[in-house]
Amino acid sequence: MPYNCVVLIKQVPDTKRVTGQAMNDDGTVNRGALPAIFNPEDLNALELTLQIKERFGGRITVITMGPPAAAAVLRDSLYRGADDAVLITDARCAASDTLATSYILRCAVQKTCDFDIVLCGRQAIDGDTAQVGPQLAEKLGVPQITYVEQLVELDGGSITARRNIGMGWQQVRAKLPVLLTVTGDANEPRVAAAKKMMKYKKALAPVEVEQQARDENPDADEATVKELVEHKYNVLEQKGLLIKQWDLDFVQADLKWCGRGGSPTKVHRIQSVVLAAKESKNIKPTGEGIAEMISELIIDKTIA
Amino acid sequence: MIGVNRQGEVWVFAEQHDGRLEDTPIELMSKARGLADALGVKLAAAALTDGVGGLAEKLIQYGADKVYVVEHPLLRTYQTNSYAKVMYDLIHKYEPQIVLYGATVTGRDLAPRIASAAKAGLTADCTDLQIGDHESAKDKQLHKNLLFQVRPAFGGNIIATIINYDRWPQMATVREGVMRMAEPDVNRKGEIIKEKAELSQHDLPLEILAEHKQPRKVNLKAARIIVAGGAGVGGKDNFKLIWDLANCLGAAPAASRAAVDLGFIDHDHQVGQTGTTVRPNLYVAVGISGAIQHQAGMSQSQKIVAINSDPEAPIFQIAHYKVVGDLNVVVPKMIKAVRARSVKQQQAEVTE
Repeated sequence: MPYNCVVLIKQVPDTKRVTGQAMNDDGTVNRGALPAIFNPEDLNALELTLQIKERFGGRITVITMGPPAAAAVLRDSLYRGADDAVLITDARCAASDTLATSYILRCAVQKTCDFDIVLCGRQAIDGDTAQVGPQLAEKLGVPQITYVEQLVELDGGSITARRNIGMGWQQVRAKLPVLLTVTGDANEPRVAAAKKMMKYKKALAPVEVEQQARDENPDADEATVKELVEHKYNVLEQKGLLIKQWDLDFVQADLKWCGRGGSPTKVHRIQSVVLAAKESKNIKPTGEGIAEMISELIIDKTIA
Repeated sequence: MIGVNRQGEVWVFAEQHDGRLEDTPIELMSKARGLADALGVKLAAAALTDGVGGLAEKLIQYGADKVYVVEHPLLRTYQTNSYAKVMYDLIHKYEPQIVLYGATVTGRDLAPRIASAAKAGLTADCTDLQIGDHESAKDKQLHKNLLFQVRPAFGGNIIATIINYDRWPQMATVREGVMRMAEPDVNRKGEIIKEKAELSQHDLPLEILAEHKQPRKVNLKAARIIVAGGAGVGGKDNFKLIWDLANCLGAAPAASRAAVDLGFIDHDHQVGQTGTTVRPNLYVAVGISGAIQHQAGMSQSQKIVAINSDPEAPIFQIAHYKVVGDLNVVVPKMIKAVRARSVKQQQAEVTE
C-alpha cells in the first residue's frame, strides 16, 4: 500500500564549522561566517521517507520555509528522489519562533495533500530546540513519535517504530496519520543520484527565476524583466522543473499567528561566549612543577 | 492562551517514571525556589502518576510549597497526548506564570506539545534562568520581572537570553545537570492538592510494545573528579593513560566529542553540548582543545587542569592550572606525583 509522505526540511548555517567570528560587532549573527547546509537530521528524515517509498510506493513532498536561497535544499531533495518540492517564502515569516513556524508549516502541510506520515529531523543545528516537530503534530491533531531511530514495520494503517529514549529504546505502534521526528542514528543518508542531479539542477523557484532574469539583464526595464520571467517560468513548468513557491496568503495563514507578532518568545539579549578562569597558573611540565600542582590540589582538598 | 498573571505561581513538571522521581525536577526545584522567592509567589510541582508514593513529600522536601497531584490509572506510563492534556488543563485552571520542564527526552517531547496547545512561548534547553526587566525596543514599554531564559544557540557559539512578555505562561525546558541539586529538608511542610483527570483510551494513541533501558556505564554527573581525554590522546590504546590517571585519582573517565567520534571511548563518557553537563570539584582536560561545545558541558567545574601541547588551545582560557606540554610525558608525571603523595600520607599516618 502506497503512503503519502511530507518531509519538512530546513536550510541551516553550519554551526559545526564556524569560520571567523560568529558574531558581528553589533551583536548580530554573522551568517557569512557560517556556510548554509541541509540540516543533518532532516537528511535522515528524507532518507527514511525514500526507503518507505521504495518499499511501498507513494509520493514524497518536501517543504521548507526560509529565504529564497533555501530552494537549494529543495533541489538537493529532488536529486535524492523527492517528487514534489515546496518553498514557503514570505517576508512576513521573519522572526517566527517555533510556535509561529509550526503554525505556518501546518497551513502548508494542509495545503499539500492527505498525508499518511509527516517526517522531520529531530532538531535543527542552528536552534537545537526539537520543538517544531511536536508543535506541528499538535496543530495537525496527529500523534507524534519523537527520536525515531528505526522504522520497524509499516502495515496498512499502522506504523511501528523504535525511539531512542536516552538510556535505551522504546518500541511503539501508532495508527496513521502520524508525525515522526528522526534522529541521526536512523540511517546513512544516500548521496544525490547523478541522473536526477542532471535533470533537477536546473529546477528553480519563481523567486530565483526573477533574480536570475535581473542578474543576467542588468539594463532591462521592468516590462522586459517581466516578459523574460514569464517565458522562463513557462519553460520550466513544461519540463517539470518549477519548484512550487507559496506565500502566507496562498497557504491561508492568519497573519496574527505568523512572524514576530505570532511569536510569544522574543530575544532580550545575545552575547558572544566568553569564558575565562578567574585565576590561573602556568605549570611547568616537569616533575617538580606537576608535584607542586598536585600538592596544592591536595592541600585545598580538591583531591581527597 | 493565558495572559500576564503577576500572582501566578512558579511550576516545575515533576517527571517520574515507574513512580521514581527523575533527578531533573529536583535540580530544577532549587533554581525555581529562587525564582519564586524573587517574584514573591509560591513554588509548586505538578506530579502526574497512577498512584503517587511519597513523590509529593519528596518534592516538598526539595522546596515545593504546593504539589498538584493528578492520579489516574492511564497516567501509569508516560505518553505525549495524555500527559499534555492533563498539564494543559492544570495550566488553564491555575494560570501559573512560569512552567519549567527538564530538557530530557520526555520533557522535550511533552513541553512543545503543551506550548502549541496553549499557544504559549517555550524556550528549549536553557542553561540558566533569572528574573529581570525588559524594555521593548519598539514602544519603549518596560516589562518588569520577566523570566530570562538563557541558552546557548548556533551550536553553542552564542548565548541568547529569551523572554516572553505578553503570552504566558513563560515556559522553558532546562538542561540536565546544570542546576545544582539542593539538600532536602525533611521538616519542610507543604500543601498537597489532588486533582482529577478525565482520560480515556483515546488520549493514548500509542501502543508501547517494548522498552529496554540500560543503565549508564558511568555516572559523570555524580563524579567529584573527572579526567577527560580528547582527540589529542591520539588513539584508543593510548587512552589507557586517561583510565590510569582517573584510577589513581578516584575519578570518572570522560571524553570530548572528538574522542568519542574517533572511538577512543563509549558515548556514555562524553562531556559537552551533546553529552553530559558536569560540575565536578576537579576537571582534568587532557589533549582537549576545548571547543565552545565542550566548554558548555564543563566550564562550571570548580577547578580545571588543562594539559595540551598547543599553548593557543581555547581550553587554557578557562583553566586554573595550565600545563603546556606533551600529555604522554605530563600524565605519567601526574600519576607519579599522586602516588608519591598518597605513599607519603600513609607513611605519615603509620608514624603517628
